Amino acid sequence: MKLLDALLMSFQAILGNKLRSVLTLVGIVAGVASIIAVMTAISVMQVTMEQEMSVLGAQVFQLQKWPAGGFSTPEERRAAMTWPPFTLEHANAIREQVETVDLVGAEIWDFGYAVEYAGESTNENISICGGTPEYPPNNTHYVGLGRNLSPMDIKSARKVAIIGFAIGQRLFPFVDPIGKTIRMDGYKYQVIGVFDEKKSAFGGNFDNYVLIPVTTYLKSYGMIDPRGFSRSVNITVRAKRPELIRDAQAETRQVVRRMRGVKPNEPDNFDVYSSESMIQEFNAMTQGVKAAAFVIGIIALVVAGIGIMNIMLVSVTERTKEIGIRKSLGAKPRNILSQFLLEAVILCNIGGVIGIAVGFGLGNVMTLFTEFENNVPLEWAAIGILFCSAVGIGFGMLPAIRASRLHPIDALRFE
Amino acid sequence: MAVIPEIKETTLSLNAIDKTYDMGVEQVHALRGVSLDICRNEYIAIMGASGSGKSTLMNIIGCLDSPSAGAYYLEGENVAAMSENQLSEIRNRQIGFVFQTFNLIARASIFHNVELPMIYGGIPRGERRRYAEEAITRVGLNDRIKHKPNELSGGQRQRVAIARALVFNPSIILADEPTGNLDSRTGGEIMGILDELHAAGQTIILVTHEEEIAQHASRVIRLKDGEVESDLRVDDTDACIAPSESLHLVGGATS
Repeated sequence: MKLLDALLMSFQAILGNKLRSVLTLVGIVAGVASIIAVMTAISVMQVTMEQEMSVLGAQVFQLQKWPAGGFSTPEERRAAMTWPPFTLEHANAIREQVETVDLVGAEIWDFGYAVEYAGESTNENISICGGTPEYPPNNTHYVGLGRNLSPMDIKSARKVAIIGFAIGQRLFPFVDPIGKTIRMDGYKYQVIGVFDEKKSAFGGNFDNYVLIPVTTYLKSYGMIDPRGFSRSVNITVRAKRPELIRDAQAETRQVVRRMRGVKPNEPDNFDVYSSESMIQEFNAMTQGVKAAAFVIGIIALVVAGIGIMNIMLVSVTERTKEIGIRKSLGAKPRNILSQFLLEAVILCNIGGVIGIAVGFGLGNVMTLFTEFENNVPLEWAAIGILFCSAVGIGFGMLPAIRASRLHPIDALRFE
Repeated sequence: MAVIPEIKETTLSLNAIDKTYDMGVEQVHALRGVSLDICRNEYIAIMGASGSGKSTLMNIIGCLDSPSAGAYYLEGENVAAMSENQLSEIRNRQIGFVFQTFNLIARASIFHNVELPMIYGGIPRGERRRYAEEAITRVGLNDRIKHKPNELSGGQRQRVAIARALVFNPSIILADEPTGNLDSRTGGEIMGILDELHAAGQTIILVTHEEEIAQHASRVIRLKDGEVESDLRVDDTDACIAPSESLHLVGGATS
């Protein structure tokens, strides 16, 4: 008997009992869809994450007092509170002493301000960044209109500002913002530039901040923050070439450790973070979600598999007479076995294909109303099909063996 | 010069067949030492009351069951010792069953039902189509080829079963009460078809309890308590005259 004939027979049996087949499928569809949906959603986030985390650029890393990934234990937090802050001196030292770097910037962030111009005001959701001329290249966010900060702006702590694209659109719908004076938190700044538009899936605040000279910031807000800590700047460092980033990180760490008096056997009292380290952290975080989804999906599939086994056992009993007829016509035990096994596998795979489609759909739902790019992880489709076949074979085997072992006479007499 | 009778080949030869069912405490002897020779193109009726062993005999002749003891040669091969797979092949190629309850597959078309033995026999699609259409035409149902069994009358269903039985050109057509579920007129039609097949050279074994049906056969074997009670030739045209040296078996013809 040819495989094609066996397949056609199995399809015939499945179509012959549509309602039951559909009900059986529901379990499989749910199991596969849940795995695929979660995996797709994670993969959607991952792809976007990797793009966005690259804001720092592949050549850039950042030194900061507070770890970018947060703390895993309260002890770590307490330890970090005692760490000394980063200051502009650190930036200058790195710039002078590390051979493998070309751009060293400093930045300091604060959140929740409103920007006003000519009686109009934005919401209180604007961030201030005190930065340096290295800010645009190190963060790959460039000035589209007007000019960048200049070394003179830093040196003289000038009250100048480069505004985000959204702020420009909000406050200057009809006039050229360059040269205009805005107010922010009681201070006046002259607008010298406007950033390019930069959408983001995570937070989307790249168009809602104002860049002012870091010196201006420190002059206005002081060296102590409201919680009583010394203000610490983040230092962004660009390696001369992408392949030098590891050397640059190592050398920079040595310079900083020396400056901060860290003994050779002590750990760093600061955090070094790059796009790569952030992506790794995200991946580590999603591992747990993936594993959970996998376990849930497997449980769903096992339950569905037991359902399939039950249905197939009922089907074998119900079709005992048919099995007898087939045997009387010359069907060998293996023909009967393969017919019932194929039926289970086909049923599972129909469910699997629907489940994969539903899962891809669900996993991509959030891309409809966010900036995430949709994504179809085909490797998970392959894994899904593989699993469905395994469930079909695993749970279809017992009923199929039972069918194939029926004695032709007993089967024929069955009513 | 004496007329030399045509030498007919033995199609089927049972030699001292026993069939015992183990029913726990006691053993039931369904068949005791049944010996039979059946030649090509014989038309045989096996008769007997319920419990006489005729169903058991039919199952053994049809290779649905194996005897407990004795030898069964079908086309020269001892099928008594065959495995389940080999028996499947014998059923597939050599036996055409016609059952009282038709035993068609309900959700499959007439065509698929008739094609089924050839699927198990590994015949390519094109040939299957040709043979199936031939067989269906032979029983006069070529306009119903796409129909399902439940769209046909009982007589038509039995015709489909006959088409299915003869599609592989079997050594024997084994008809178990073929008219049992039909009214007498339709039953007559079915017997007409079987008569035609016999006239065309087909070996047919009928299992029946109706004398009227048995009269279509040329030889009537009666069973009682698992033994052959009588074996009578109604007409001698199909007589089995096998030269003794050609017999590879002991026992032999009962006539």
